Formats: sequence, C-alpha cells, structure tokens
Amino acid sequence: MFGYLGGFENDLVGQLERMRREMDTLFSGRPNTAGIRSMASGTYPAINVGAAPDRVDVYLFVAGADPKALDISLQQNVLSVVGERPVESPQEAQYYRRERHDGSFRRVVNLPEDVDPDKVEARYRDGVLHITIERREAVKPRRIQVG
Amino acid sequence: MTDTNAMKGSESAAKEGDEATLLPPVDIYESSTGITIKADLPGVSRDRLTIQVDRDTLTIEAEAAIEMPDGMQALYADLRSTRFRRSFTLSNELAADKITAEMKDGVLTLQVPKRGELQPRKIEVSAG
Repeated sequence: MFGYLGGFENDLVGQLERMRREMDTLFSGRPNTAGIRSMASGTYPAINVGAAPDRVDVYLFVAGADPKALDISLQQNVLSVVGERPVESPQEAQYYRRERHDGSFRRVVNLPEDVDPDKVEARYRDGVLHITIERREAVKPRRIQVG
Repeated sequence: MTDTNAMKGSESAAKEGDEATLLPPVDIYESSTGITIKADLPGVSRDRLTIQVDRDTLTIEAEAAIEMPDGMQALYADLRSTRFRRSFTLSNELAADKITAEMKDGVLTLQVPKRGELQPRKIEVSAG
C-alpha cells in the first residue's frame, strides 16, 4: 500500500541488512544481539567467514584495494585487516552516483578459538582477499602416571 | 582438496531470479565526452562478466568465483550470493555500440562515449 513512498532503488544495503538479520537469527539465536565488532551492514569491505573441521576461511571483498597495502594481523583468534581503497575522481567529472567506498578501511572479526596464529595464508585475486587459518589439532586426552 | 566453485549455498541455487542477485555499488560520472561507470565486482574475472545492451538498457551481469574447501560451513556472511546484476537506462545521445570495458582487481570500468555528432557545439545566432 505504501510501496510508492519508497522512492529508492532496491539497494545493496537493504539486501545486506536483510541478510544480516537472517544470519543473526540463524547463528546467534538472539536476533537483536550484534557482535561487539560487527559493523553496519553495507560497510566496505563485505566479509564472509567459513569453517571446515581443519581450517577457517575468511573472505574479504576488497575490490580495487591495493594488495600490497593490506595489513593483516591475527591476535589469538581476533583477525584484523586494515587497508586502503582509493577511488580516483577526475576533476571535471560531474557525479550522479557515488556508492563506492573511498579511502581507508578496517575490519575486525572474531574467529573460532582453536585457530593457529602461526599457520595463516593469504591470497589476493580479482578483488577478493582470501585468508586461510589452520585449526589446532584436537587435544588428545593424556594419561598421567603417578610417579 | 580445494576446488574453485561458485559460492552458492544449496538454497540460493534453488531460487533463481532477482532475489539471489546482489546489486553492486557503482560510481557514475559524466564528462564532456561521455559517461563512466565503475562497479565493484569482487571475485569476478573477465570471463565471468557479461555486459549487454538491449535497446536502451545496459545490463551488467557477473558471477564471482570463490575458492572453497569441502565441507565448509558459513559462520558469518555479509554476501550470500555470488551473482551480481545491475541495469541502467541509456539515453540516445550515448553511443551504446562504442562502450568499452575494463576489469581490474574486481573493479569494472565502463566508458560510454557520447555520439560524435551530438557532442556539445555552439549555436550561432545569425543576424536578422
């Protein structure tokens, strides 16, 4: 009924917001609780995190970022990526839309606690930064002898 | 162990159409010679990109290729699809047949030139 009032295009931000809500509901069980380091949806860069039994994969969608200027650090299980994504704008240009992020960015994510900070690999291809972190082997129960 | 496939969840594979596509952010600006469109399409290589002009509609369609290990489960996902799609309506002073495209680090740059005969010209007023 009020559809016509939304004079805006069905935008990425809106879609992401919907997805974020879905994900929050799916994974946290507490729909209105956001992660302490989570950022507003639509924030550049988007990030996906996947877990397999032996590794955790983090994907940062950093289109246009300079891979050499990316600073990746892992402190225990907190991963942060700092970088720069410059957007050149010609002087005489007259803009109609400016939706792309311009300048520096920083994203921090909590990973599962069993990741091994010494076994990290990062690759950059077609604007995606793919970070792989191995997980520690499950600690096997040890038998302790009484001497 | 690691293979390259599209990051499609089983659910998004089932639903085709607009719902499963992402709208890439764009910058659009004009100069005296034409219009430039820049779009963020992370994970998209040149061969997974389609740019189409149908009458006056310019459509960008792309699919990101993401390397994923077997048995991976999503812990968190800002992007839940790998398909990008966005359309624009061109106006007739633009030369749709002369559009050039360049892809670098997941950023698409499209140059849409203005038709030569329609580039701004001065109109003389003759003395009556």
